[in-house]
Amino acid sequence: MMKKFIANWGNFPVMESEEKSFSFSEQIKDSLNQTDSIIARGNGRCYGDASLEKYTLSTLKYDKILFFDVEQGIFECQSGITLDKILEVIVPKGWFLPVTPGTKYITVGGAVASDVHGKNHHVDGSFSAHVLEMDVLLSTGETLTCSTNQYPDLFWATCGGMGLTGIITRVKFDLKKIETSYIRQKQIKAENLEEVLRLFDENQHYTYSVAWIDCLKKGKNFGRSILMLGEHAGLQDLDAKQRMEPLKVPSKKQISFPFNLPSFVLNQYTVKAFNFLFYGKNFKKEINNVVSYEPFFYPLDAVLHWNRGYGKKGFLQYQFVLPLESKQGLIEILHRISNAGMGSFLAVLKVFGEQNDLISFPKKGYTLALDFPVRNNLFPFLDELDKIVMQYNGRLYLSKDARMKADVFWKSYENANKFQEIIKKYNPGFRINSIQARRLHITQ
Amino acid sequence: MPTVLILGATSDIGFAIARKFASEKYNVQLAARNTNSLQPFQSDIQIRYGVQCSLHSFNALDFNAHLSFYNSLVPKPDITVYVIGYLNDNEMVISDWEESLRTINTNYTGAVSILNIIAADYAAHKAGTIVGISSVAGNRGRQSNYIYGSAKSAFTSYLSGLRNKLYHDKVHVMTVLPGFVYTKMTEHLKLPPLLTASPEGVAEAIYNGVRTKRDVLYVKWFWKWIMLIITTIPESIFKKKKL
Repeated sequence: MMKKFIANWGNFPVMESEEKSFSFSEQIKDSLNQTDSIIARGNGRCYGDASLEKYTLSTLKYDKILFFDVEQGIFECQSGITLDKILEVIVPKGWFLPVTPGTKYITVGGAVASDVHGKNHHVDGSFSAHVLEMDVLLSTGETLTCSTNQYPDLFWATCGGMGLTGIITRVKFDLKKIETSYIRQKQIKAENLEEVLRLFDENQHYTYSVAWIDCLKKGKNFGRSILMLGEHAGLQDLDAKQRMEPLKVPSKKQISFPFNLPSFVLNQYTVKAFNFLFYGKNFKKEINNVVSYEPFFYPLDAVLHWNRGYGKKGFLQYQFVLPLESKQGLIEILHRISNAGMGSFLAVLKVFGEQNDLISFPKKGYTLALDFPVRNNLFPFLDELDKIVMQYNGRLYLSKDARMKADVFWKSYENANKFQEIIKKYNPGFRINSIQARRLHITQ
Repeated sequence: MPTVLILGATSDIGFAIARKFASEKYNVQLAARNTNSLQPFQSDIQIRYGVQCSLHSFNALDFNAHLSFYNSLVPKPDITVYVIGYLNDNEMVISDWEESLRTINTNYTGAVSILNIIAADYAAHKAGTIVGISSVAGNRGRQSNYIYGSAKSAFTSYLSGLRNKLYHDKVHVMTVLPGFVYTKMTEHLKLPPLLTASPEGVAEAIYNGVRTKRDVLYVKWFWKWIMLIITTIPESIFKKKKL
């Protein structure tokens, strides 16, 4: 049998795994019977070690669209289809994804397992809020259809459950109605953290909001940012050319990062220069324009393999959430990062709305995501940040995580016990397992 | 809208071909042994590409049913693609006559049975395209897979003769030699990336080959030269090689 070295988007960790695929659900049972420990894997766009295991079950060939109600906006598909393929089908019919993360190259199964969130979390919640029902194939070979009414414990442990309840095979979810495929965008420059947080507050009514924040600035420009706001544009917002094809799907123009950059390329100075240029490109305080959904939602997708920019050693993405009342924690962490000069191109800041699910990451408060190239002193540094996150009642996003200590998980996810009980019930003996789940002591 | 018939639609290559033609606005007829499991394939093609897609039960080994299968197709396909193939471990195949027969009949006899019927219809109408997916394994027999290889060899010869005969009837016959392809059938093998095509790559090449009326299509061009070298090695040397 063929083994190969695989890694998720952060290129860390890398591990040897034997990959199995399937086009029919019966083939999943064969794979389960042939292995003692396996995890489903989609397009490998989570950053850390969530979908890594001795055996992996690739869902990418299980990518059929089963049903699309163009009137009601209901979509049903197998779990291995990626969001970019869904957009190609639904956008021309006047529908959009209810929730999308910053890349369209993730599978629907991955969207559920990570319970992904987007720029509209404060309005529309995370992906699971739009799932009507789904099928989960258990390690026993049995397939259960679950929803908030049917096997609700299985449903909630599967949303954000990192694939540990079973293999997600089919998902039915609702879509968002759009009049055009364009976004009415507003970008506002904020001089510092205080200002950007105030702007988030003032602009809560916007469906989409996110800020790119420069973590390396100190002094009075500490936390300078660009806040990006957006609404789906109506026909009246489009210019004459855009109006010719209001539901246009942008053509695929991509450049690819051809090789891993040597690690020394990324340092304090290059990152500062990049941030200077990024911030400086907006001359005016405020920019208002109408753009296609592509650059608004997926700016990084324009560069295939952009993760190679972090070099062969890979990178960690660190994403945490802190409750709204813990603004002090956010300031403290940003200070630590800025002082350590560990170098992240940009950090992404967002204010989450209310969410109280079993094991999903989002909860009301501030979430910040930043990239760190893997270096020797990085791990102890992140352990220090973890302490601050815990002190302020925050937690880390499992889809980004490759290194947190088990006790951090157990202390910060208040329903961890209940989550583990449900996994034991539906996945007895942990035949479905991942190196992340073992690292976090969820499956041991 | 033209129609394409895919014989062997459950395979990775078969379905990739179906999607490619559907994306070029062909209606698609998917044929396979078990049509129940094909329902997701049908909805996928209809929803993604807005074309018609029908399912047809077809067993390559059930020769007697082939005529009624073809007669039942409405409309008759403009293009027929035979993707069905069967490969098992050679040692197992030679030790078990049923397996030998299955290998020969799936890769060759079944193809002849159905394509004879379709070729006659195309010739009568002076139109149509027949695509047969054969294999470079058929270019020269090797100890590691000569039952499969000889059946593919026979299929390649059949397609060549059919092309010659149907040329005068304005029917296009294309032989496809994919080389290595990343599929369920080869998932356990370590394949050299440069020589290995994706099912989507094969589908793309076939679509373009049909459009430009190619006779023999190597999906990755260097396979042509590799096979040229392999076929020119003198038998006295070749027989000593462990291939």
